[in-house]
Amino acid sequence: MNGASLQQKVVITNPQGFHMRPMAAFAQLAARFQSSVKVSREGQSVNGKSILDLMLLAAAQGTELTLEVAGPDAQNALDALVRVLKTPTEEDSPEPPVA
Amino acid sequence: MRMSDFVVRDAIIAELPATNKEGVIREMVESLRAAGQFRGADLEDIIRAILKREFLGSTGIGRGVAIPHTKHNSVERLIGTVALSTKGIAFDSLDGEPVHVFVLLISPQDRPGDHLRALENVSRSLRDDSFVRSLRTATTQEEIIALLDRADH
Repeated sequence: MNGASLQQKVVITNPQGFHMRPMAAFAQLAARFQSSVKVSREGQSVNGKSILDLMLLAAAQGTELTLEVAGPDAQNALDALVRVLKTPTEEDSPEPPVA
Repeated sequence: MRMSDFVVRDAIIAELPATNKEGVIREMVESLRAAGQFRGADLEDIIRAILKREFLGSTGIGRGVAIPHTKHNSVERLIGTVALSTKGIAFDSLDGEPVHVFVLLISPQDRPGDHLRALENVSRSLRDDSFVRSLRTATTQEEIIALLDRADH
């Protein structure tokens, strides 16, 4: 049994883009699911459980990414991962100017 | 963007004397300062900013690699350096393993795209196991530069 294969498109809204901290959160969460997680941008598809792979996407604000999740826990994985992509991280608040 | 576009050659460290996370970051940032990449007065502020970022979550991404970074007003373009540690340094990495290869990036405040492209570029090189193996056995700045240039084909 392979379970379902689900897809969802997500547009990156974070002004800093899909940067390293959300990538780490994404990859660590993806690794907790049995399902395979693929993230693609304009035909380039990478393993969502690897930060190094996610770095290849260089997804700035406004980029559309497609998540493809396949396996027994696909629905839960997809929901949780979409949430991570849409949640800004702590460091995205503007930093005070440096004197 | 290629790695040789932003890695400051004179700031590459073939063997870090440091034994801990703060030491690594301090030596790498100091090396960029010594290479004339920003004013000495900004040194401590940059170190602090990078450590603050590490506190939010380690940039040790596993496989013996870490990419400490920050945005800072003191640079007008994205700069970086590479440093190695033979013995490996505890860096709170995601896989719990010590880090041997460090790539440190400082980018201007308003250019998130450059930072993302630098990460893409670093990834292209570091995903290549044979490249990382060669890098880890490099013992001089010149050897590291040659490897980075070759990776930038």
